[in-house]
Amino acid sequence: MSTATSPGATPPATVAPAARRESPLSRLLAVRELPVVVALVALVAVTTAVNPLFLSGQGVKDLLLNATIVMMLAVGQAMIIITRNVDLSIGSMLGLCAFGTGTMFAGDSGVPIAVVFVAMVALGGLLGAVNGMLVTVARVPALVITLGTLYVFRGINNLWAGGTQYFADDRPRAFGALSVDTVLGIPIITLVAVAVVAAVAVVMSRLRAGRDLYAIGSDPDAAAVFGIPVLRRVMAAFIANGMLVGLAGVLYASRFNSVGATTGTELELTVVAAVVVGGVAIFGGSGTVVGAAVGAFLLTTITSSLTALRIDKFWQQAVVGALIIAAIAIERIASLRAARKLREQSEREVLDV
Amino acid sequence: MSETIAAETAERPSSRLRALLLNRGAAMVYVLIVAVLLASISIDRFASPLTVGFLLLDVIPVLLIAMPMTLIIVSGEIDLSVASIVGLSSATLGVLWADGWSMPAAMAACVVVGVVAGAVNGFLIAIVGLPSLAVTIGTLALFRGLALVVIGDDAVADFPREYTRFAISKIGATGIPVVMLGVVAVVVLFGVVLHLTSFGRGLYALGHSREAARFVGIDVDRAKFWLYVAAGVVSAVVGIYWTLRYSSARSDNATGLELTVIAGVLLGGVSIFGGRGTVPGVVAAVLLIGTLNYGLRLDRVSDVVLIIVTGTLLIASVLGPRVGEAIGRVRHERRVRAALPAAGPPPQAPAEGAAPAISLESLHPSSDPAPGAANERKQR
Repeated sequence: MSTATSPGATPPATVAPAARRESPLSRLLAVRELPVVVALVALVAVTTAVNPLFLSGQGVKDLLLNATIVMMLAVGQAMIIITRNVDLSIGSMLGLCAFGTGTMFAGDSGVPIAVVFVAMVALGGLLGAVNGMLVTVARVPALVITLGTLYVFRGINNLWAGGTQYFADDRPRAFGALSVDTVLGIPIITLVAVAVVAAVAVVMSRLRAGRDLYAIGSDPDAAAVFGIPVLRRVMAAFIANGMLVGLAGVLYASRFNSVGATTGTELELTVVAAVVVGGVAIFGGSGTVVGAAVGAFLLTTITSSLTALRIDKFWQQAVVGALIIAAIAIERIASLRAARKLREQSEREVLDV
Repeated sequence: MSETIAAETAERPSSRLRALLLNRGAAMVYVLIVAVLLASISIDRFASPLTVGFLLLDVIPVLLIAMPMTLIIVSGEIDLSVASIVGLSSATLGVLWADGWSMPAAMAACVVVGVVAGAVNGFLIAIVGLPSLAVTIGTLALFRGLALVVIGDDAVADFPREYTRFAISKIGATGIPVVMLGVVAVVVLFGVVLHLTSFGRGLYALGHSREAARFVGIDVDRAKFWLYVAAGVVSAVVGIYWTLRYSSARSDNATGLELTVIAGVLLGGVSIFGGRGTVPGVVAAVLLIGTLNYGLRLDRVSDVVLIIVTGTLLIASVLGPRVGEAIGRVRHERRVRAALPAAGPPPQAPAEGAAPAISLESLHPSSDPAPGAANERKQR
């Protein structure tokens, strides 16, 4: 887990080491992602204790496959939410990219898989750029604009697909194998997703562009005054998110049996929920993409766990809802505590001086 | 993303009547009238009682839920869980009726379910103080999940004839559904509360800032709590209507309706940041979406493609004013520059004394990062 990637947390060594009287334990407890990681570990542990088959080779593979696509989407969405925006159109974007994948293979079964990946990532980036343009150039709230493009993109998908659906037979076997074959028990598409999550995590925690996104989300006006190119950064976040959605769309077409006009509907709120559960504040400025990925993993794992525990499948969604609310409440308590600690610390420093 | 409060109508020196006839909501009403006229002229079979009937039956759920949603968004919050409450209410009605409850008792139970669901939202948002966007994403899943727990994969369809027939019955030969009388009552009720009571004015203040609302003398937490309860009750009533109209109680009834409702409310001129919007504008917007959809469907445009219309309208409705503002700003700057003979330094960082520049700025959203960005470009 990456530690201390929330914006306020400068590396402890550089900030007045004497003033820091925190033990390693309390620093660990301050990690935003801790609750969701603990919840995930507890969930898996309890489920395995009751039903040992849960962590069998096939069981793990299923868990990873289920989580892969939501994980990628959650990482992209986290970047957007950290800048205090939101993208509700991702379900429709994913639908277009998944159907585009099907169309490319159906048109020419010999098309190289790499070409399809590149084309769909580009398509996703383009759709993300449309959202980004509307949000940054026209300066319209992202919630409203992406609600609009949710409908527009879905309508285009309907227009394009009509009643057409592409099934597993329409694509090359090697493409379908991406979500069947495993390396060390981990499906290939999951490895792709993990690599992407790691790359984005590095950008967000180490590079200037990533840190700027936190600054923008904490206070857009202050970020602009500070000289951060706010519009360009937000635009880049939307494009990056679009590219991730495009990639997820291709993986979706590999993982699932059919793609058509309704692929990816109602995915948006699940993904936002995963991001929130993963400890990303809904009003931007804090949280990490790794947290969002773990949140996605937790949400998709619950479904499998409840099945393995033989709990009535109808309870699954209610449990997910309760979990989201719990996550928000925990986040709230944590941020209140952090605020109090900051205040006490500054009071101490004033007294020391 | 701080508050976008232009309060144009209040600042411009125009009479109240003019303000009333020229605001966003009024514009929506004009667009609706034009759309209905155009559809009646250009599409055969549009101007008929049959059209009125089906069109209204289709928009009733959105229209009803849009009322409490308008008040909630005006006060600066949001509720994404409404469609799930519709589903939960529908599932409850089905299960209780199948269990042998009488219809009135089952319907009353649905309303109670709505009160409780709304109170849960209200408690978490108003009392605990959690962000409404996140909370209602959670209760969206929770209430829909509970609907599944209640009714599972089943569907209950054998509702008494007199009830299902009442849901679609018309007033004589006008084609207007009888239910519409109740809907009008609800719309008028919410319109009066928002526009003609001190509570409603308090909601606008609340949308601007909590502090402002407190100074106006509104009990912020209590107001928010009751708004969510109202949304729960109206959604539960829509659940009953939905069940009877399609004579089917299922857990997935009205899935995704929340975004349709919010699209209608925003199209009606309600600012997503709160503090601005009118009930007539929202009613006109919801009817406009309904009319366009119905008209285009009569014109044999495929149903699924029609959602493009909703999306485009929504984008255009927020983009249009911005384009207008931008043009106005450019023209104003040109005028200012022409008026100042030595227009050396560009108007960057308007000083406190520069009255015209400040009044210009105050018309635009405070989150507007344009001046900084523009300066950056100029310096290169």
